[in-house]
Amino acid sequence: MKVSDIIEKLNLKVTGGDEGLQNEVTGGYTSDLLSDVMGNVDEGQVWITLQTHRNVMAVASLKEVAAVIIVKDLEADENTISQSNDEGIPLLSSSMEAFELSGELYKLLNER
Amino acid sequence: MEFSYEVEGGNFAKAGNAASGVKKVLKQLNVDPKIIKRIVVALYEGEVNVVAHAYKGNVLVDIDTNRIYIKIVDEGPGIPDIDLAMQVGYSTASAMVREMGFGAGMGLPNMKRNADIIDITSKVGEGTVVELTTKLTS
Repeated sequence: MKVSDIIEKLNLKVTGGDEGLQNEVTGGYTSDLLSDVMGNVDEGQVWITLQTHRNVMAVASLKEVAAVIIVKDLEADENTISQSNDEGIPLLSSSMEAFELSGELYKLLNER
Repeated sequence: MEFSYEVEGGNFAKAGNAASGVKKVLKQLNVDPKIIKRIVVALYEGEVNVVAHAYKGNVLVDIDTNRIYIKIVDEGPGIPDIDLAMQVGYSTASAMVREMGFGAGMGLPNMKRNADIIDITSKVGEGTVVELTTKLTS
């Protein structure tokens, strides 16, 4: 499944990083602690968080995640969006909260 | 091959610059992506530690065919009890730093887990030196 597929199915908004919309999604990781994500997220996963500052994109880039989804319609900082564009890693947003969104994404990635 | 990066205390916008630079170099050298990831995680955590706790610091990177050696030197408050600082969950980070999702007490343990050898020396009131060595071939 590609990032563009989950955007459509989970009704997400694209805030930045359009270049990466065809990235393949292998799974997901939900956490707001950057060191936890640094230590545990895998390449190709979608990272779900409420953090909005630009260090999110630094971690996303170093770990090569497929996309970042910011929950609860929180607005990403301006420099977070610009770094998402520079890195080509999609920055998405959802009105759902992390529990709900993680559940929906899990269902989507595991359905046949 | 040697290069170095400056790290500014308090400047989170630049945290990750050294890790990002080293990642590019190691990719060009065709190092195993799994090894690159470990190095990058350890270095990023080291940079964040300098930004979150110290006044300023420097990252020295030395790469040869067999190993990467990284020395992170800072001018800062130092670590009074290194064993305590190595414990998962122990942190002295400020409320602002914690709000950003750092300061969960996972940085140094993450660094230890992702380097072959870690050496930490610190003088209270002066600063801290963290040395990381990792083999580039598996």
